[in-house]
Amino acid sequence: MSVDLKTVKRVAHLARIAVSEEDAERMTGELNAILGFVEQLNEVDVSGVESMTSVTPMEMKKRRDVVTDGNKAADIVANAPAAEENFFLVPKVVE
Amino acid sequence: MSDLTRLTISQARAKLRGKEITATEITEAYLSAIDRANPALNAYVAVTGDKARDMAKASDARLVKGEGGALEGIPLGIKDLFGTEGVHTQACSHVLDGFKPRYESTVTANLWADGAVMLGKLNMDEFAMGSSNETSYYGPVVNPWRRSRLDTVVMPTTHQGDGGFVSAGGTKTQRSLDNAQLVPGGSSGGSATAVSAFLCAGATATDTGGSIRQPAAFTGTVGIKPTYGRCSRWGIVAFASSLDQAGPIARDVRDAAILLKSMASVDPKDTTSVDRPVPDYEAAIGKPIRGMKVGIPREYRVDGMPEEIEALWQKGIAWLKEAGAEIVDISLPHTKYALPAYYIVAPAEASSNLARYDGVRYGLRVPGKDIVEMYEKTRAAGFGREVKRRIMIGTYVLSAGYYDAYYLQAQKVRNLIKRDFENVFAAGVDVILTPATPSAAFGIADEDMASDPVKMYLNDIFTVTVNMAGLPGIAVPAGLDPKGLPLGLQLIGRPFEEETLFQTAAVIEQAAGTFQPEKWW
Repeated sequence: MSVDLKTVKRVAHLARIAVSEEDAERMTGELNAILGFVEQLNEVDVSGVESMTSVTPMEMKKRRDVVTDGNKAADIVANAPAAEENFFLVPKVVE
Repeated sequence: MSDLTRLTISQARAKLRGKEITATEITEAYLSAIDRANPALNAYVAVTGDKARDMAKASDARLVKGEGGALEGIPLGIKDLFGTEGVHTQACSHVLDGFKPRYESTVTANLWADGAVMLGKLNMDEFAMGSSNETSYYGPVVNPWRRSRLDTVVMPTTHQGDGGFVSAGGTKTQRSLDNAQLVPGGSSGGSATAVSAFLCAGATATDTGGSIRQPAAFTGTVGIKPTYGRCSRWGIVAFASSLDQAGPIARDVRDAAILLKSMASVDPKDTTSVDRPVPDYEAAIGKPIRGMKVGIPREYRVDGMPEEIEALWQKGIAWLKEAGAEIVDISLPHTKYALPAYYIVAPAEASSNLARYDGVRYGLRVPGKDIVEMYEKTRAAGFGREVKRRIMIGTYVLSAGYYDAYYLQAQKVRNLIKRDFENVFAAGVDVILTPATPSAAFGIADEDMASDPVKMYLNDIFTVTVNMAGLPGIAVPAGLDPKGLPLGLQLIGRPFEEETLFQTAAVIEQAAGTFQPEKWW
């Protein structure tokens, strides 16, 4: 499988990365080189093989459902590019 | 006073405990070495001198009272991927500009609890994506090793007396260093260079596809990626969560064992951290390997592999045989599919992990006319080319209609890769010996690598299988190539049998010796 310019632009939008016409063209070539490389996986017979879900056989650890942390709103917004009264500020979302 | 930066961790530990030196002295020695070398090598992206001095002072106070921890007063460098409270933590990406976490990663917290001193944050490929440390927003790291050539030098002719007698002085050979700058490998290139160039006693690193072992091999240092789940991933910037593992880069096998003992823990904050006590890895060093079964996988003999890599491998086999190990030929039939499967699984996980860099909660923000444009412009400006490439691949393989063909297929192949190893271990093989990399360090801005991303990816061909199967792997220096550059061998073990790796790596180290670059910086 390979991607065309239109697909690259669509994927860039899905990934929320602005691309110029020139970027998109360059990326089309690069992505096709990588997709060409991974194509060889199709020759592997995977019938009856499960998809890997956990690399180490282990049971998912569960925590007790109790509050163990919190009251650190100031810490959480401390690195925000724009914050006010412990809220993150973003451009208007709803008109 | 001899140069304190030349001491290994075990030597420094003895001198600190014996009160022959102080933590402050050794910390100052490293800080001035960094000061002199960093402009040439670019290993550190942030030096935390004041913090280092404070930590050293506190260590000295504990050492005086005889209360020192396992790493008391040992100055370490920390890869920029580890969250360090109040200190530069940017995964060497522009998108995390100015980020100073309000928390400390579990691994670094373990090191400080054992008394280690933080010298600063180390350069790396952006978000750990790269094999040459050239994708860093802070520029490439330079390998302290340079190629050298053997020149035949004609000795100067000497005139003797006034009889006009001229003696042809004869010839001698001498090594001269080439000026070309080489990469230290990646993504933990800053860690590898800093350890190899004596700019820290040891360093933390992380390995998703080979990012500890490949740079260790390129710089003549020892690097171990432990079993998935051995070190907590809590507080480490995530790249591909099912593959990421932290581990140390050190000057010798013993130092790597000392560091891993402190870094590893059982952590309730990471659900993939495994509930097993951390053994005393150092105790495994020096144990005989007589009777151990060492597997040699035939699939690791790849086309176009340089002669010196094959020769190194044979040397490794001979050393282990001499030490009494039994050498067996084995087959890991799905080896060649590990790298292509990795380049689906890792970008898929990365595209999801890196979705959080949106210009809202931390780091860079580039304004836009609405929120979507702000996201798109922020991410376009904040991520470098390689990171964008991987996010795009990941987004594509996870998108509707392609998920089964790519992602599901890759996760099934991954199970087959893991099964290959399980079969070999079930047949009684204790450890697997392979080359660590398909070549020695290459040049900065290598044209072949730059023109084709897949060429760069092939650097990880011998290491990536280990991440796909969640196994432990260690790279240990085993010799120099004809140009005088270090080469490494890799040992792969059963899950949670890091002790076997240290035990076997120590045998290789004993036979090969250790390697230091000639100082030019």
